[in-house]
Amino acid sequence: MKYWRVPLDSGEIQITRGRVHIIEDRCKGCGYCIEYCPREVLEFSKKFNAKGYHPPQVKNEDCLNCHYCELLCPEFAIYSEAAFGQ
Amino acid sequence: MKHDETAGMAHPLEDLVRMDRIPHIWCPGCGIGSVFTSCLTAVKQTNIPYNQFTMVSGIGCSGRGAGYINIDSFHTTHGRAIPFASGIKMARPDLNVIVFSGDGDLFAIGGNHFIHAARRNMDLTVICVNNLTYGMTGGQVAATTPFKARSSTTALGNPDTPFNLPLLAYASGATYVARWTMLHARDLADCIQEAILRRGFSFIEVLSPCPINYGRRNREKTLETLKKYHDNTIVKNGASPTELEVDFNKGVILGKFIDIEKPTCDEVYRRMYRPPEETTENRKSR
Ligand SMILES: Cc1ncc(C[n+]2csc(CCOP(=O)(O)OP(=O)(O)O)c2C)c(N)n1
Ligand code: SF4
Ligand code: SF4
Ligand code: SF4
Repeated sequence: MKYWRVPLDSGEIQITRGRVHIIEDRCKGCGYCIEYCPREVLEFSKKFNAKGYHPPQVKNEDCLNCHYCELLCPEFAIYSEAAFGQ
Repeated sequence: MKHDETAGMAHPLEDLVRMDRIPHIWCPGCGIGSVFTSCLTAVKQTNIPYNQFTMVSGIGCSGRGAGYINIDSFHTTHGRAIPFASGIKMARPDLNVIVFSGDGDLFAIGGNHFIHAARRNMDLTVICVNNLTYGMTGGQVAATTPFKARSSTTALGNPDTPFNLPLLAYASGATYVARWTMLHARDLADCIQEAILRRGFSFIEVLSPCPINYGRRNREKTLETLKKYHDNTIVKNGASPTELEVDFNKGVILGKFIDIEKPTCDEVYRRMYRPPEETTENRKSR
């Protein structure tokens, strides 16, 4: 992350890390999660799911486990959980 | 079978959803599922056991909510969610009664029930998914359709003025009034949680896109509607209900506007009409 100044306690603060899970076949391809993830973790995949939509895929390791995609998804198709060990 | 990273894992709300009915009927890009998810999250956040809740819906796309929640719920006739919910509350005041329905259901055919339940401070949490139209029946003009907006029955634009729902709720006597959009999912979930935990008639309006029957006619794709929710809204807690008309050109005000303490209908009724029977115990203590 880029800061305009480095916070004094940046060495001590633990940044939460998350792993996002996508239940592909539930997705209806609305794109809410892709558009509004604060860390731009998601993008449309090229593949089709069982319903014929393009589900999102993870494009980087920046997930913060903020659960916003999970709250916004109308289909119960995406959720995040804490990731440890990085 | 293809490799599934999520095999054996479950979405955290699966215990609150009738998973055998998923996928639900809501169209791709419809916001109702997001409002519903915030509502279920709020139920979970209260930490109250699920058997102390019930959900009531009327008819409409939004009215399907009651059919998807995995607790005792009622899918009632059109416009009558509030009378059913009031009956439940009077018979079982211990239950947390949530009404989840659309603007057409709650404010057109059901408008009278709404104002009287608010007047009586019936202890309900009323969540209105406001998509500015009758989604289910093909996008007819609603009591909430903005002036000049197109609908299947106002092809040249709506000639009428829509309701300001928070003002209507406040004027009728609602003791808690708030408005969010489905994009403000975290604020919305916290607001619904607060409304469930308090006593009295709580009204939460949630703006939500109907891309199929409203967006299409008004040249608005679902993500464009969400962009308006993001760019053209102002959070102003405590704003006067008179300044809350929905006009995205001026900016739509969101937040919690009203939160007042007042005895509820079931409390006052019980105190006046069902005083505790005299027993040898309480006679002695007199
Ligand atoms: C007594 C009666 N009148 C009319 C209808 C037709 N009808 C079904 S849903 C609906 C309106 C739904 O609008 P709203 O409550 O805004 O829900 P939405 O579908 O937009 O979520 C109407 C008029 C009906 N089912 N019953
Ligand atoms: S949990 Fe937050 S950061 Fe992670 S993918 Fe979802 S929205 Fe993005
Ligand atoms: S929000 Fe849900 S339904 Fe929409 S694209 Fe993301 S995973 Fe798919
Ligand atoms: S018709 Fe509109 S309100 Fe109904 S499910 Fe489709 S998008 Fe949602």
